[in-house]
Amino acid sequence: MASLTAQLPAATEPAAERPPAAYKKWGRESWKLRAPLLPALVFLIVVTQLPFVATLVMSFMSWSAQPDAPERSFAGFDNFKTVFTTPAYRTAVLNTIEMTVVVVGVSALLALGIALLLNHAFVGRGVVRTMMIAPFLIVPIAAAVFWGNGILMTGFGLVDGVLGQLGVPGAQDIAFLTDHPKLAIEIELIWQWTPFMMLILLAGLQSQDPEVLEAASIDGCNGWQTFVHMTLPHVRRYLELSIVLGTIFIVQNFDSVLGMTGGLNSTNIPFAVYETFYSAKDYGVASALGVVVVIGSLIIATFALRVVSSLLTDEEASR
Amino acid sequence: MNAWNRQRVAKIAIPIAAWLVGIIFVIPILYMVLTSLHAPQDAQTYPPSWGAPLTLDNYSGLFTSANPITPALINSVITSVISTLLVLALAIPAAYSLSIRPVKKWSDAMFFFLSTKMLPMVAGILPIYLFTTKVINMPDNVIILILLYTAMNLPIAVWMMRSFLAEVPPAIIEAASIDGASTLRILTRIVAPISMPGVAATSLICFIFAWNEQLYAKVLTSVAAQTGPVYVNTLIQTEHAYLAELAAGATLISLPVLIAGFAAQDKLVQGLSLGAVK
Repeated sequence: MASLTAQLPAATEPAAERPPAAYKKWGRESWKLRAPLLPALVFLIVVTQLPFVATLVMSFMSWSAQPDAPERSFAGFDNFKTVFTTPAYRTAVLNTIEMTVVVVGVSALLALGIALLLNHAFVGRGVVRTMMIAPFLIVPIAAAVFWGNGILMTGFGLVDGVLGQLGVPGAQDIAFLTDHPKLAIEIELIWQWTPFMMLILLAGLQSQDPEVLEAASIDGCNGWQTFVHMTLPHVRRYLELSIVLGTIFIVQNFDSVLGMTGGLNSTNIPFAVYETFYSAKDYGVASALGVVVVIGSLIIATFALRVVSSLLTDEEASR
Repeated sequence: MNAWNRQRVAKIAIPIAAWLVGIIFVIPILYMVLTSLHAPQDAQTYPPSWGAPLTLDNYSGLFTSANPITPALINSVITSVISTLLVLALAIPAAYSLSIRPVKKWSDAMFFFLSTKMLPMVAGILPIYLFTTKVINMPDNVIILILLYTAMNLPIAVWMMRSFLAEVPPAIIEAASIDGASTLRILTRIVAPISMPGVAATSLICFIFAWNEQLYAKVLTSVAAQTGPVYVNTLIQTEHAYLAELAAGATLISLPVLIAGFAAQDKLVQGLSLGAVK
């Protein structure tokens, strides 16, 4: 039976409230205890945190690797000004927000609906569940290039072909990727991430006590009442968890943009960073973009950490 | 409609709806596989040539072409497997000191691990690129990818392993240590057997994420260290009929993930939710 793990205690008490003796003990007792933790911590700090510090430093430098570029120098906030005043970068920021909100929102709703279906017993439920998981197990860039070239491509793509066979006039010339590039990417991402959210929600639904639902139905609740008053509050935390985790992954999406549209009218921040440093070789502006995306992610992360920790402490309290 | 009727309708409607949704979600994959089995000129026609003869030529072509997939697959296997082993070597001791013998403020450490996962990888990529190409002069090298993938998966693995190790009942460990069992003995005889399925699930999920990664691989490699996901992109050669071979490449590199994912199906949710959902 599914359940949320709950071993995390509430946030650690502030240091000031701790008796001085604890400090001494912490100092001596625990090097042996802490030793197994240190390699992982040190490794992670060196490989993931130091580059961020470097990015921060570079974001204040005028630094281009173009052959005719001037010498590296301190640039103050110029790179950030460029990021916020250049329409292309502003668009990238807006595209990132739009695509993340649409994909996460639609995926969460679809996932909830599908999880409710799969929570019923029926012939072939295991098969349907397996079919549902499969999109999440296709390598993201492979999925993106096949959606871009095999499914939504003008002319020989699956969608144009099927529409043509259904008699839609001019189906051969429908160009989803150039006419609706963001929508195309959103559809592909929804296809790939709905299964992920569905799995978490299904686990949540299956952790619901069937006796409670039975009691509700004996007491005369109809299906809708039971859903709104019993099921929904129960899966709310699972819904939050899937939304938070989905957001973290989808904000960072690079593969779908690269594989489907190559950034045409659909550039998001990760893709803009890549292009600015890899093609335009403007290291200063690319770093400033990186810092902007970090600040945005920190806002999401603060929220995310709160959800995760309340999830774990709620459960602790309910024990 | 009375309740009995409603139940009958639900009994029929729910399976139909579920099957329909499942089929819709799996169609792109089936079409990808079908396309990969068609001859190049049959694969990109308008409308699709559904009944065209099937062939495995696209797959064999991937291995025999002038630019074969084999080195990329080998690089993918090396980076994914070695980074997964490194992750386990770092995560299991860390998880141990976060659950079985918890250090003080261990939950702060947990949240530090998690927060590093929330920072987008793209934000650190430029210094990493400059460091590997200009400072240590190791461009196009799998070692760099291995280290980056280890860092990328370490937070997930720590969270997962902690949730698995936390399932070991403390009473058993206490009883064993009262009976005079050494730490090593407790670890090998009690903790390891209970947490083995967890180790397996963690490995499979780290393997999947490392195998899927494309951004770092694309920026930091060119030829020698190119991985499968980067290779697939190079199959888009619009001067000739390329779709069938692209579909074959996409299917081929997805196979290990499909296998690992279905193998870990039971633990997949727990892993993907960082151990929060069992």
